[in-house]
Amino acid sequence: MILFWLIVIPLVAGILAWVAGHHRPLAARWIALIAVSLDFALTLSLWARNFHGGWHTWFEQLDWAWIPSFGIHFHLAIDGLSLLLLLLTFFLGILSVLASWTEITEATGFFHLNLLWILAGIAGVFLAVDLFLFYFAWELMLVPMYFLIAIWGHENRTYAAIKFFIFTQLSGLLMLLAILALYFLHHAATGIYTFEYEQLLNTPLAPGVAMWIMLGFFVAFAVKLPVVLLHTWLPDAHTEAPTAGSVILAGLLLKTGAYGMLRFVLPLFPDSAHRFAPIAMALGVAGILYGAILAFGQTDLKRLVAYTSVSHLGFVLAGIFAWNDLALQGAVMTMICHGISTGALFILVGALQQRTHTREMERMGGLWTVVPRMSGAALFFALASLGLPGLGDFVGEFLVLLGLYRVNILLAILATLGVLAATFYALRLVQRAFHGPETHGWQIADLVPREGLVMAVMILALLWLGLYPKPVLDTFQPVMARLEQPLPGR
Amino acid sequence: MFDLLWLVPAIPFAGALLLATLGSRMPRKAVAAVGVCTIAASAIVSILIAVAFLAAPPPGGAYTQVLWTWIDVGSFNPRIAFYLDALSLVMMVVVTFVSFLIHLYSAEFMEGDEGYSRFFAYMNLFVASMVTLLLADNLLLLYLGWEGVGLCSYLLIGFWYQDPVNGRAARKAFIVTRAGDTAMAIGLFLIYHSLGTLGIQDLMQRAIAQWGVGSSYAIAAAALLLGGAVGKSAQLPLQTWLPDAMAGPTPTSALIHAATMVTAGVYLIARTHVLFELAPPVQLAVAIVGAATLLLAGCSALTQWDIKRVLAYSTISQIGYMFLALGVGAWSAAIFHFMTHAFFKALLFLSAGIIIEALHHEHNIFHMGGLRRQLPVAFWTFLAGGCALAGLPLITAGYYSKDLILWHAWNSPAGSVVLWAAGVVGVVLTSLYTFRVIFLVFFGDVRTPVSKRPGLPIRIPVWILAILSIIGGYAGPPLLTFLKTALPAALESRAGALTETGSSAVTALAFLTGFGLAWLFFLSKPARATAVAANPVGSVLHRFWFADWGFDWLYDHLFVQPVLWIARVNRGDFVDAFYTGLSRLIEWTWRILRLTENGQLRWYAAGIAVGSVVFVAIVSFL
Repeated sequence: MILFWLIVIPLVAGILAWVAGHHRPLAARWIALIAVSLDFALTLSLWARNFHGGWHTWFEQLDWAWIPSFGIHFHLAIDGLSLLLLLLTFFLGILSVLASWTEITEATGFFHLNLLWILAGIAGVFLAVDLFLFYFAWELMLVPMYFLIAIWGHENRTYAAIKFFIFTQLSGLLMLLAILALYFLHHAATGIYTFEYEQLLNTPLAPGVAMWIMLGFFVAFAVKLPVVLLHTWLPDAHTEAPTAGSVILAGLLLKTGAYGMLRFVLPLFPDSAHRFAPIAMALGVAGILYGAILAFGQTDLKRLVAYTSVSHLGFVLAGIFAWNDLALQGAVMTMICHGISTGALFILVGALQQRTHTREMERMGGLWTVVPRMSGAALFFALASLGLPGLGDFVGEFLVLLGLYRVNILLAILATLGVLAATFYALRLVQRAFHGPETHGWQIADLVPREGLVMAVMILALLWLGLYPKPVLDTFQPVMARLEQPLPGR
Repeated sequence: MFDLLWLVPAIPFAGALLLATLGSRMPRKAVAAVGVCTIAASAIVSILIAVAFLAAPPPGGAYTQVLWTWIDVGSFNPRIAFYLDALSLVMMVVVTFVSFLIHLYSAEFMEGDEGYSRFFAYMNLFVASMVTLLLADNLLLLYLGWEGVGLCSYLLIGFWYQDPVNGRAARKAFIVTRAGDTAMAIGLFLIYHSLGTLGIQDLMQRAIAQWGVGSSYAIAAAALLLGGAVGKSAQLPLQTWLPDAMAGPTPTSALIHAATMVTAGVYLIARTHVLFELAPPVQLAVAIVGAATLLLAGCSALTQWDIKRVLAYSTISQIGYMFLALGVGAWSAAIFHFMTHAFFKALLFLSAGIIIEALHHEHNIFHMGGLRRQLPVAFWTFLAGGCALAGLPLITAGYYSKDLILWHAWNSPAGSVVLWAAGVVGVVLTSLYTFRVIFLVFFGDVRTPVSKRPGLPIRIPVWILAILSIIGGYAGPPLLTFLKTALPAALESRAGALTETGSSAVTALAFLTGFGLAWLFFLSKPARATAVAANPVGSVLHRFWFADWGFDWLYDHLFVQPVLWIARVNRGDFVDAFYTGLSRLIEWTWRILRLTENGQLRWYAAGIAVGSVVFVAIVSFL
C-alpha cells in the first residue's frame, strides 16, 4: 500500500493546495511542502527497512486489476533503481517547493497543484510495471509541466511550452504505438492479452520487428533524455520555465528518459538494443561534446546551465549502451548526481534572476563582492558540473568512461575530452557572473536562511555521493547486475 | 604513531571547511590562527611520523592505512587509503613544513586583504589536497588530490577576481593542466582495463608480470601519465600556464607554483617508476622533455622584466632538471632536487614578495635597484636563494642536487653527452639570469623608495628557508640512502672520459661563466646588455624568448580561437534550425492552403467539380 500512497498523497495534496491557495497562498506552500516531505520520509523508510539487500527483486508490490478484459492492471512495484530515483524525486520536490517560496506569487494554489501532479506522474513512471499504466503516468507528467512553463514561465514561455509539448507528445505517441505492437504480438505468440512488464519481457519477436518496436521506445526516451538532434526543446523549456520547473525538468524529467532505457529498452529488446548500441553510444558521446560547446557559447546564464544537461546526459546514454557493470552503474550515478548539481545551479540562477531580473551574463560580473555566499555556492556546483573528484558527478562520469573504454576506446577518449570541455563552460559561468569587476552596481540580498539551507543540503549530498557513494551504489548494483546477465538464447 | 597518518590531510581539510563556512564572520586573528595552526599541526604530525618511521621502519618499508572503500563496483574497488614509504614520507614532510612557513608568512603578508579568510581557506584546502596526492595508495585517489591542487591553483591565481586578467590567467592554468589530466585519465582507463587495478603497488607488480619491457601497453600507459605530468609540472609542451599563474598572491606563487604543486608531475613519475622502466622510449622522452624545457625556459627567463616571471621561468627550468633526472633513471636525485628546490624557490618568492610589497607592488626589476642597503633582509635571503638556484659550488644546496643530476645524465645507461651538455648549458643560463636579477635589484642606484619593512612572521620563514637553502645539500647522502627503500638506485655505466669530480668541476665552471656574464652585462656596464638586445638578431631573439618561444601564439591560433569561433557561430544551435525550418514549412503550407478558403462560391464549385473528376478518374482507372 505504501506505493499507492506515494502517488496518491501528492495528487490529493495538489487539489487541497489548489483549494487552499485561493485565499491563503502560504497554506498552499505548506501543504505542498508537507506532502512531498511525507513522500520523502516514506521512501526513506522503504530504503531503511530493506537496507541489507534484496534490491534486485520487486520488494514491494501492489497489483489491482484495472481493466481486466484488456489485461490492464494498476500494478506498481519497486526495486533498488526505482527506490533511488524516487528518493531523488521527492528530494528535489522538497527543494523545488522551497525554491518557489517567494518566486511564485500568482495563482499559487494552481501552481502547487501542477507541481505536485508532476511529481505524482514521475513517481508513477518510476513505479509502474504495467505498460499501459506507465504510458498513463508518462502523459500525466506532461500536461502539468506544460502549464507550469506556459503560465509561470518567463518572456518567451508560450513558444517554449508548445515546443516542449509537441516534442514530448509526438515521441510519446511513438511509444504508445510500440507498446500496442508489443501487446498484440505478445497475444499472437501466447494468446494472452497483457501489459504486464514481467510477462512481456520474454515475448518472442522477429529481429526486424523487434528493432522497430525498440526504436519506438528509444525515440520517446531519447527526446526526454535528451539525445542530441532531438534536444532542441530542452534549452527553451529549461530557460523559460520557472525555477521549480527547471529543477524538475533537469533533475527528474530527463531521468525518466534514462530510466525508460534501463527499464524497458534494454530488457525488452536485448538483441536489438545490442545491435543498436554502437549508434546509441556514438550519439551519447556526440551529445557530450556538442552540448558542452553549445553551453560554452551562451550568454544567457540559464540557457548555459540548460545546455550542460545535454552534455551530462550524453554520459548517461553512452553509459547505458556501453552495457557493462561499470558503465551502467556510472550512468545511474550520473543521473542522480546530475539531478542535484544541475538542480542546484537552476535554483541559484533562479534566485539570481528573481533579484536582478536578468539572466544575461553581460549584465552580471563581480557578483562575488555583492553576494559572496551565493557565489561560493555557484562555484561549488560549477565544480561539481565539471567533474571535480570528491563530488558525486565525478564518480558517475568516471565509471561511465571506465566502462566505455572497455567497449570502445575511441569513444571513451572523445568522451574524456568532453570532461575537459566541461571545464570551459563551468569556468566561464563563474567568471562571467561572479568574478570580474563589479560594474553594474547591483544592490541585492545574499542567500536568505531558507535558500542557504537548501544549498547546504545539496552541497552535503554531493560530497557524500562523491566520497562515500557505496550505500547508493549497493542499492542499484543488484538491479544493474540483472541487466548484465547473459541473455537467454545467446 | 602511524595510525595518525590520516590526520596529515584531515587537519588542513577541517581548517579549510571551517574557514570556508564561518571564516567571513571570524576576526582576522582567529582566521590567521586557524589557517596557520592547522598547517603547523599537520607538519608536526608528519614530522613525528617521520621520526617514528626512521626509528622503526614498518615491515617492508611501507605502511598502508585504509580508511574506507571509496567506490565498489564489481572488480573496481579503489579505497580511500594512504600509503607511506620513504618517497611519500620525504615529500610529505617537505610539503607540510614548507607550507607551514609560507602560511606563517602569509599571516602578515595578506593582512590588509579583503579576502583574508578566503585566502586561508583555499591555502588550507591546497595543503590537504597536496598531501592526499602524495599519500594516495591508488591512482584514483591520487587523481582526486591532483585535481584538488589544480582547483586550488585556479582559485588562488584568480584570487583577486575583480581584475579580469587574473581570471584569465586562472582559467588558462586550470584548462591547460586539465588538458594534461585528460591524458592522465585515459591512462587510468588503460591501466585499469589491462591490469585490473589502480592500486599503485599492485599495478606496478602486475605490469612487470604482464607487460614486459617495451610492450605497447606499457608505452601507452607511461606516455599518457607523462601527459598529466607535463601539464601539472609545466613542462613542454604544456608549460605556458605557469608564467601567467604569477597573477596570484606571492605566497601562492611560492607554495603552489614553485615549491609543491608543480612538482607533482615529478612525484607521479617517480611513484609509478616501474611503468616508465617498462617503456624505455617514454623514459627517454621524459629526459628529452626535461632537457628541452630547462633550456627553453632558461632563455625565456633571461628576457623577463617582471621579477615573478623570471622566477616562474626558473621554476619551469628547474623542474626540467628533475625530469631530466627521472628520464635517466636517477629517481632519487630528482627527489633530492625537488627538496632543495622547494627550499630555495619558496625562499626566492617570499623574498621577492617582501621587495614587491616594499615598493608599492612594483614588479619590474628595471625599476628596482640599490635595495642591498634598503632591504637587507630581502637582500641576504634572496642572495642565499639565488646562489642555491644558480648552484654556487660547494656551499649551496642547489649545487649538490643539480650536480648529482648532471652526473647521472652523463653516467647512466640512458644518459648521453647531449643531455649532459644541455644540463650544463642550463647551469650557465640559470646563473646568468639569477645574477641579472640580483644585480639589477640590489645593486646600482635606488630607483623606487622603500615604503614598508617586514615584521617577524615574514622574517622568520625567510631566514629558516635561507638556512635550509644553504645546508639542505648536506642532507643529500642520508636522503639518497633512505630513498633506496622506495626507489631503485640509478644505474651506472660509462665512467671513463669524465669522472664524477670532472663533471662537478664543469658544473662549477658553468656557474662561474654565468656569473661572469651577468657581472659583465648587468653590473659593470649595463649598456652592453642594451646593445646586445638592440642588434637585429638579439632583438628578434629577445622578443621570441620573451613571448615564451611563441607557444601562446600558436595555441591561441590552433585551439583557443577555433573553439571560440565554433561556440560563437553555433550559439543558436544549427540543429534547431532544422526544426525551425520544419515549422516554417508547415506555416507556409498553411498560408498557401488558406488562399483556397476565400469565400467565393465559384471557386468552391470549381473545386468540387475538379475534385469529383479526379476522384472518378482514380476510381475508374485503377
